[in-house]
Amino acid sequence: MTFTRTAVRANWPRTALHAGCLLVLLVMLYPLGWLVATSFKPADEVLASLALLPSRLATENYTTAAAGIEGVSLLKLFGNSLTISIGAVLGNVLSCSLAAYAFARLRFKLRGPLFAFMIATIMLPHHAVLIPQYIVFNQLGMVNTFWPMVLPKFLATDAFFVFLIVQFMRGLPRELEEAAKIDGCGPFRTFARVVLPLTRPALITTAIFTFIWTWNDFFTQLIYLFEPDKYTLTLALRTFVDTSSQSAYGPMFAMSVLALLPIVLFFLAFQRFLVEGMANSGVKG
Amino acid sequence: MDETAALPRQRPAPAVQGGKRRPKREREGAAWVFLSPWVLGAAILTLLPMAVSLYLSFTDYNLFDPPSWVGLRNYTQMFTEDPRLLRSVGNTLLYVLVAVPLQLALALAVAVALKSMKRGKGFYRSAFYAPSLLGASMSIALVWRALFNDGGTVDNVLGSLGLHTGGWVNRPGWALLSVALLTVWQFGAPMVIFLAGLQQIPKELYEAASVDGAGRWRQFVSITLPMLSPVLFFNLVLQTIQAFQVFTPAFAVSGGRGGPADSTLFYTLYLYDRGFTGSHMGYASAMAWVLLIAIGIVTAVLFRTSRSWVFYANEEGR
Repeated sequence: MTFTRTAVRANWPRTALHAGCLLVLLVMLYPLGWLVATSFKPADEVLASLALLPSRLATENYTTAAAGIEGVSLLKLFGNSLTISIGAVLGNVLSCSLAAYAFARLRFKLRGPLFAFMIATIMLPHHAVLIPQYIVFNQLGMVNTFWPMVLPKFLATDAFFVFLIVQFMRGLPRELEEAAKIDGCGPFRTFARVVLPLTRPALITTAIFTFIWTWNDFFTQLIYLFEPDKYTLTLALRTFVDTSSQSAYGPMFAMSVLALLPIVLFFLAFQRFLVEGMANSGVKG
Repeated sequence: MDETAALPRQRPAPAVQGGKRRPKREREGAAWVFLSPWVLGAAILTLLPMAVSLYLSFTDYNLFDPPSWVGLRNYTQMFTEDPRLLRSVGNTLLYVLVAVPLQLALALAVAVALKSMKRGKGFYRSAFYAPSLLGASMSIALVWRALFNDGGTVDNVLGSLGLHTGGWVNRPGWALLSVALLTVWQFGAPMVIFLAGLQQIPKELYEAASVDGAGRWRQFVSITLPMLSPVLFFNLVLQTIQAFQVFTPAFAVSGGRGGPADSTLFYTLYLYDRGFTGSHMGYASAMAWVLLIAIGIVTAVLFRTSRSWVFYANEEGR
């Protein structure tokens, strides 16, 4: 923006800009660094020592965390979180892409009003449907099972992803679908063989966001799961909330680190999809 | 999200000559097959539950005995006999009014700073975005509680500067601010959306303004802000709606009870407390409907005011 000024002067604001960004970055990453450092601190250092780094790497916090909580091993907690998250991912990718194709490409009565309704449900607070849903799942004997977290995803209730995939599909060239039609493909084969492979970036974005949001979810799991046997990592961490005893700090933060690890790995592997997906959600609309 | 702009553009009907054309009804049928999971979900997991919760809001219901009709009593009780409810409304509004503007201002400032950056933009964009993915987790909520506790990092850093605040999470008034700061920490998501919006502003506008002698601030006010207003509006609506429903951090910071002295008793936390801890499902349903209506009103007001400040440069181009 400084093309009217001289090149010499233009250099110094750039340095200041980088310095500013680095400073913000440092403040932002501090809580994460603190978390990792604390998870390796010996019990007597967690609160007493003001140093960020532990005097020695106390891996015993992780051993304690691995033993799990209330008789449920860490592996089991991990498995429960993973089951719910993968179920949710499968459900969202399948149901949202089907609905999105209809909205993006097919003609049917009431398409306009239904699309508007779908958009409106993105803004619908979850609490408005929470209690009746709970009553239904309770009647079906599904409380304290994983179904209430997974089943709704197979019915495209996450309208945000329907919208995301619709936006992506509208950007695809129609020629391929028309060619498939001329070759005698019906709408289902056109969808499965032509459209779905082209939609892969949006599907990956949907899958990763669904995974992370389900993995992090607390409220739904808090309501539906109450036996330790069914606990997820989030719920196991929750049990630390009640105990105000600070002796559990080390294992608590060791478990916190382990709970965040899959998200961090996903982020590092797929950051482009996540950032682009988020960017497109707001701008192309 | 302007609905008319978001609707798929209708293509002119293709002139079909020869070639077999599927009968219209069959093609409609295919569309409904694709839609069937969504239709089912919308009916039995959205519309029906909304209707049922509206009904329950006029009843006394504890999940075990059949609901008994009490008319408007839940609603009148909420606003006349329940000081904790009014407290939770006040807390939530205060939180929304503090957290959302701070978060969006930071997001916009960082996006503007990154836009003109030549090297390292992608790195910063990703790095600043990361907390948005982590922030909703229980892990980070627990970290927050520790950082803002007595003798926590924040207490120590401020103390060394001579500002002895003690642990924020134990002080009424300050605890809410610590939760708000967790929201501000997650400025990455709106920032990424701002940045994408900034990159769509034509360069020519800045060049022309610069030729006319407009300085940076003038360019920001006269070009960036108006051109970015649809994106700003989108972020404002989305973040406001999300902020109304915040739960996890308040739960973690207060040990699930909304303390100290009910100062982090957010509306959703109180709803959980009445409905699921106290088994007052009728009352909680009334609370859910009040939340729904409140969010509806806030969204409607935002949409109404948007006519005077949101500027759509090119209506059909979006």
